[in-house]
Amino acid sequence: MKIFNYLKSLTLKELLKGMTVTGKYFFKRKFTIRYPEEKTPKSDRFRGLHALRRYENGEERCIACKLCEAVCPALAITIDSEQREDGSRRTTKYEIDLFKCIYCGFCEESCPVDSIVLTDIHEFHFESEGKNVLNKAQLLEIGDMREKEIAECRTNDAEYR
Amino acid sequence: MIWDQVWLVIWTLLKIVAIVLPLIIVVAYLTYAERRVIGFMQGRMGPNRVGLFGFKLWGLAQPFADTVKLLLKEIIFPANANKFLFLMAPVITLATAFAAWAVVPFSDGLVLADINAGLVYILAMTSLGVYGVIIAGWASNSKYAILGALRSAAQIVSYEIAMGFALVGVLIASGSLNLSEIVNSQAGGIGHWFFIPLLPLFVIYFISGVAETNRAPFDVAEGESEIVAGFHVEYSGAAFALFFLGEYANMIMISSLTAIMFMGGWYSPFTGNSWIAQPSILWFFMKTGFFLLLYLWFRATFPRFRYDQIMRLGWKIFIPITIAWIMVIAVLKVYQIGPWFS
Repeated sequence: MKIFNYLKSLTLKELLKGMTVTGKYFFKRKFTIRYPEEKTPKSDRFRGLHALRRYENGEERCIACKLCEAVCPALAITIDSEQREDGSRRTTKYEIDLFKCIYCGFCEESCPVDSIVLTDIHEFHFESEGKNVLNKAQLLEIGDMREKEIAECRTNDAEYR
Repeated sequence: MIWDQVWLVIWTLLKIVAIVLPLIIVVAYLTYAERRVIGFMQGRMGPNRVGLFGFKLWGLAQPFADTVKLLLKEIIFPANANKFLFLMAPVITLATAFAAWAVVPFSDGLVLADINAGLVYILAMTSLGVYGVIIAGWASNSKYAILGALRSAAQIVSYEIAMGFALVGVLIASGSLNLSEIVNSQAGGIGHWFFIPLLPLFVIYFISGVAETNRAPFDVAEGESEIVAGFHVEYSGAAFALFFLGEYANMIMISSLTAIMFMGGWYSPFTGNSWIAQPSILWFFMKTGFFLLLYLWFRATFPRFRYDQIMRLGWKIFIPITIAWIMVIAVLKVYQIGPWFS
């Protein structure tokens, strides 16, 4: 009946119902993460800033096979290499352009000696032009700094690979 | 002689400052409360970061940060805009919004101008505010602004009638146009407040008030998603801040008027001699705050009305109901019927 609908709308029933819903949500728990103080947990497979690892004796892992350079879909990696005095092949230049990089993790997958890895660092920035290209020294430094976390993540994830 | 006059002027100016300054601070914190309350109702936090001296204080310094930002921003004049009218519009909006506060009684005797035609003055002042909107829309030389101004003007004029009729009901029930006397005729506990015998008028008055201040769900005049921001789309910086201030001052105005007309102003809902039953300015503030919360609650809950629905609601539903209820009240009053008018 039309008249009943009309009278029903005059009681504002539906509107009050809606206000009850929002009123309840007012007191519900909020799920916002207050970012710098609180952080969400990160996966062991998180793909963040790059690093070059070393062996435990301090020897750098990279053997300049250039598989990462070849597999990189964004052509972000540039490698030059030559023979070292002891006869091993080593890189003289290992650069990653972070503006080109798409953080796909193919370089890490392709590396036969687990040298290039993606760490769980996701908070980084550049303050001037050109700083977006990480050179070999910087990459090794990041690796030295985070070696413990990197190794831990790799161990945790090993059984699923 | 002359010094008496001068002293009167200074004293009145001081009183005006004593009303306007707290009002501006309340407006500032109303914007903060709005963002917090709506955030909470939507499962968010709202602004909780801006604090003072390294303390966060739940974001309580947010309105000051916003104010400073707005004041420092450049005022951009649209090409071919009428500069004088462009700048006058926000001033008119703000001036009328503040001027109406002159007759609002905060507590017994605590009123700037205790004039006998207070109700009429209030209606006049709140209606004048529409000029600010129309002039802003026209002087902006922008199609969105003029559309928003036209919508806003039509809406305000329509709801003004329903609002006026609702106040006629109050007028009949109390027998006075003086706001203090209207409150005094509601003395004696919650049962004597006008919102019970005038329930339809009370609901219609507040909803019309929401429509009159162009707040959600009646905010087609601003309609962010369709006409960007309506009449004040071309305003920036301090000029925009004035519109903002005017809009929120009007919200507080409508809330306090609802408290005065229908909820017994400064009177306590309880009866007896205990401390809780004493009339106090705090009751007035609490009632006003409740209606302000309703404003925010509406905005968090309801989707925007379509424009023709707003017009239909105003003309075809509110006005007939108010007229009918005025008749009922008049009959009750003349023949002294019922618990309220005997």
